[in-house]
Amino acid sequence: MSTGPIVSGKDPRFAPTLYAHVGKPDSWKLDYYLAHGGYQTAKAVLTGKQPDEVVEEVKKSGLRGRGGAGFPTGVKWSFMPKDGRQHYLICNADESEPASFKDRYIMEDDPHQLIEGMIIGGYAMAATKGYVYIRGEYKKAYERLVAAIGEARQQGYLGKDLFGSGFDFDLYVHRGAGAYICGEETALMNSLEGLRANPRMKPPFPAQSGLYGKPTTINNVESLASVVHIMQRGADWFAQMGTERSKGMKLYQVSGPARRPGVYELPMGTTFRELIYDWAGGPTEPIKAFIPGGSSTPLLPFSDEYLDLPMDYESLVAAKSSLGTGGVVLIPQSVCIVDAIWNLIRFYAHESCGKCTPCREGVSGWLPQLFEKFERGQATHQDLKTMEDLLDQIEGRSFCPLADAAVWPIRGALRHFREEFVHHIEHGTCAVQSGPRWR
Amino acid sequence: MGFFDDKQDWLAEVFAQYPEDRRRSALMPLLRRVQQEEGYVSFERMKEIAEIVGTTATEVAGVMSFYSYYQGLPTGKYHIQVCRTLSCKLAGSDELWKTLVERLGILPGEVSEDGRFSLQAVECLGSCHTGPVIQINDEHYIERVTKERLQALLDGLSEDKPLEEVRRTLPGEEETGKHVIELVKGGES
Repeated sequence: MSTGPIVSGKDPRFAPTLYAHVGKPDSWKLDYYLAHGGYQTAKAVLTGKQPDEVVEEVKKSGLRGRGGAGFPTGVKWSFMPKDGRQHYLICNADESEPASFKDRYIMEDDPHQLIEGMIIGGYAMAATKGYVYIRGEYKKAYERLVAAIGEARQQGYLGKDLFGSGFDFDLYVHRGAGAYICGEETALMNSLEGLRANPRMKPPFPAQSGLYGKPTTINNVESLASVVHIMQRGADWFAQMGTERSKGMKLYQVSGPARRPGVYELPMGTTFRELIYDWAGGPTEPIKAFIPGGSSTPLLPFSDEYLDLPMDYESLVAAKSSLGTGGVVLIPQSVCIVDAIWNLIRFYAHESCGKCTPCREGVSGWLPQLFEKFERGQATHQDLKTMEDLLDQIEGRSFCPLADAAVWPIRGALRHFREEFVHHIEHGTCAVQSGPRWR
Repeated sequence: MGFFDDKQDWLAEVFAQYPEDRRRSALMPLLRRVQQEEGYVSFERMKEIAEIVGTTATEVAGVMSFYSYYQGLPTGKYHIQVCRTLSCKLAGSDELWKTLVERLGILPGEVSEDGRFSLQAVECLGSCHTGPVIQINDEHYIERVTKERLQALLDGLSEDKPLEEVRRTLPGEEETGKHVIELVKGGES
């Protein structure tokens, strides 16, 4: 193996860290965590480093937000003001992007890892209170996380004067109740305040005026868990994995007809081919397309050209798609692309919050109506043109990114599988006939 | 008697999570508690919650209807929520849904005559690798709902066995709930 950057899970220098303990017996308990070096990093940081040094180390690591947008975590942290106000750190555990289920197992099987990451993050940003906003359906993850917080509080890892450093930090869990929009950070804060989860105008950004009008930073579960390892092993260790602008390890997910669907921790820059074939065991039926990073990322053809793409932020942008949350979905030959995308559009139509016109009328109104015409075999070439015009009217014009997230899958489908839409127009039916899929 | 009258300790615990002057933050936990115990949130309960957190019943209704978990109409003892988003669809959730509608003889919003079952199609539950997935009430997911496992589930619930016991004893249950699921045993590809 080379001495260059680590860009394969098969590189002998690579070993899983975020998921090192997932699936092990009793891995969610404090005793287990302590026996594997738990809370030692938080202790070392709080008693041996200045908050600014932590922010600098995270910046230097190149860690980018793992919730989908990929904004540099250290830079986000540096936006927090230095004032005497109450600061908040929120962990976004809403994990609602279809095809994403990586954060769930951190909370179910290694909740103390997340708690330790939040202690370090809270210290770095002088945030003495933290909230985990967890999607309401994650019952098991909620139970494990609450139990872990209880254990940590009892041992003095949460509460007053942590590790004798003088830093106070307490942590609470707030459960969602089934709304995709709550993954958007300002909508999430409204939800936490007991309001309808409509997104807020930015600016002011959360770092200036967030939860309860106070400086707030919101990070994804995986991002906060990664911080523990960055602070333990150093930014250089983290940055030796991955590509030029996408550093570290990442949790990738595979769903759809694969032999071993699931979550795989791999270095950034690992190829789709390695993930799908070497780790997930390959498809169990012929595949024609794959969604590379969660439902909002434009799908790509299942061909050599795209399978050999490295899974990093810039390669996916170059392929006119996005790394997103790293959730890969395999779409079989026998499934109609129009039908598959209609399923996602119905999702976005249902989840639109109705605040702004392009999303309410476009995503919740016109798009579903047009797709229903395609499904019924009543669509015309003019309807296809209307749909494309509509995408231009929606994209970049909505209040928050939800509407863009609905546009992108259609863009991908029209770019690579336009003929299936045309088939619906000219023949009134799907280009392929899907048989029963339930076993 | 109000729903929360005998739950003052619990209320104090919930309010302790939020700043003292931010009682409205407790709105969602309060709605969830009512939903869990009564199967839906009646207008009477909305009024009660509004008074406790310091807002109006209309505001509570506005929040409640925003989320898919809270129900405005009574549900069955077992409120079956079926994920219908893409990965579950690829694992057969359309057929699973049709089967449930036919076998239980109900549509969303209805309760079966024996009061046991109600149905709701929900969006992605975050268990895409173990589809099709259903969730009953506010309990642990039931993953990889094959025809065989669905039959065993409905049989168990019809006999009024405890839900968790039924879930734990479904055929093949030890294989599910893991972060990687081996679907086809055998050699490497």
